[in-house]
Amino acid sequence: MAPTPDTAPGRRPDRAGLARPAVVRRRDVIRTLVGVSALNELQYRVNFFLQLFQSLVALATAIAVVALVFLYTPSLGGWSPWELMVVVGVHTALGGVIRSLIQPSMQLLMEDIREGKLDFALIKPVDAQLVVSLRRITVWPLVDVVVGLGVVVVAAVQAGVAVTVLSVGTFLVALPLGAVMIYCLWLIITTGAFWIVRMEHVAELFNGLYQAGRWPIGLFPGWLRLVFTVLVPLAFAVTLPSEALTGRAGLLALGGAVAFTLVLVAVTRWFWRLGLRNYAGASA
Amino acid sequence: MSADTAQQHRVPPPPARPPLARVGRPRQMLDFYATVARTAVQEQFQYRAANYMYMIGMVVEPVIYLVVWSVVAEASGGSVGGYTPGGFAAYYIVWMLVRNMNIVFTPYGWEFRIREGQLSGMLVRPIHPLHYDLAYFAGWKVIAVLLWVPIAVVLALLFPPELSVNLAQAATFFVAIWGAYVIRTLLLFVLGLVTLWTTRVAALFELYFAAELLLSGRLVPLDLMPDAVLRWVDLLPFRSTFGFPIEALVSDLSGPQLVRGLLAQLFWIGFGWLLAMVVWKRAIRRYSAVGN
Repeated sequence: MAPTPDTAPGRRPDRAGLARPAVVRRRDVIRTLVGVSALNELQYRVNFFLQLFQSLVALATAIAVVALVFLYTPSLGGWSPWELMVVVGVHTALGGVIRSLIQPSMQLLMEDIREGKLDFALIKPVDAQLVVSLRRITVWPLVDVVVGLGVVVVAAVQAGVAVTVLSVGTFLVALPLGAVMIYCLWLIITTGAFWIVRMEHVAELFNGLYQAGRWPIGLFPGWLRLVFTVLVPLAFAVTLPSEALTGRAGLLALGGAVAFTLVLVAVTRWFWRLGLRNYAGASA
Repeated sequence: MSADTAQQHRVPPPPARPPLARVGRPRQMLDFYATVARTAVQEQFQYRAANYMYMIGMVVEPVIYLVVWSVVAEASGGSVGGYTPGGFAAYYIVWMLVRNMNIVFTPYGWEFRIREGQLSGMLVRPIHPLHYDLAYFAGWKVIAVLLWVPIAVVLALLFPPELSVNLAQAATFFVAIWGAYVIRTLLLFVLGLVTLWTTRVAALFELYFAAELLLSGRLVPLDLMPDAVLRWVDLLPFRSTFGFPIEALVSDLSGPQLVRGLLAQLFWIGFGWLLAMVVWKRAIRRYSAVGN
């Protein structure tokens, strides 16, 4: 397989494929796109250690911040230090997912829309949203997922939370849902590039907003809580899994998250198609 | 970009050393600064929407700190380390202006400058690249401050600040924000030059930014830091680039304290300038352009 990342198409249909109806299986497409990206990244193994170092710096900073706050108060909005570290862990893990699986493809998409190169992705005989969402994956930020989940486990044990099937189960469902919501948000924002061409600050905008997730969203005043629930669903994505694990949220909240995710996925799909209709290539 | 510097391949001493701008031409330098700054204003004014998006991303950070510390202040009987929620509001609204003043050429940008050959173009100009960065970002500040004013008004309505300012404080603040700007430009210039030795700079940069976050007053007013940390703060330049300008306006610093802060800034400007010149001289020898 040729390791040319940006231009490498999904596995080309073999010669026999011409005779068959042009149906490419989704699973194969996903496997190929992810595989090519991963192989390309795994060449640079030193980056693993650099990423580990960066993750630890970020974690140390986060711990310092939490420690500083708890110098002055025994509990912050009802959260003990270790419970807050659960939030930090979830935030770190989800941040790793964003930077490895979501953000790179979205930034590539933005570039391609601006430069009129999206045609190359659109002519492939598979769902365009699937292709643009998986074209570029960076492997090493996944270190943050491991570090973050490690922090979650340690913090949960130290906080002495009651581990029940319900709390762990809710946590394990809520976390992937959070990733899906953040993906939808990113794709909605990126789709905006079909109308507003200059979007390069959008990553900074998102990362700025994402920083709010390091704290339980309940701390914020009402209007900001609304922003961080509906517009930027950090309350669902980061706070809810943490609340689930620390016994603060149950099935009702999870049901809300499921419903919200379904709506968001549908809206994202609709908006993406709307944007796509607005696309004009730069060639010809 | 530039034909003559691009030719050299591995010839050790670059044949055309750029004649660096020497002092003694203050008038020309002033012209240069004014022109570059004006260009920056015009250029950035075109991208109002992009600039605003950037600003909104930036407004979140101080609002988070403000909310968290207000909660802490209320939980511990109305104030923490002398800061009430109103005091924190004043601190973090001024924080935004100082943060805007603080934006300089990013060290991550050096990779681009080197890879795309921009540096070749800069080298053949009869003026040190540092002057260009200083002038360009100084001009950008005009737009940044203009965009900051409405945001500050909205924030002040949402989080009413407690602020009383006298003339000495206002004057010090005005000088100090520019001092902070120059210091941060110099330090990040030096940091960016590391790119000429290694391309794996991100880890180093992030370590630097983590230290800056904790030790500059960006995260929290430095009065709230434990004493053991404050001892480090006094040995490092970060306070001069962030905490001091804010405190000059927001805290009740005495006259001597204000003067001492400005002198510290002056020291770090001198230090930063010397460091920048020394590192630049060594770094630029490692540069070779490729192309035609």
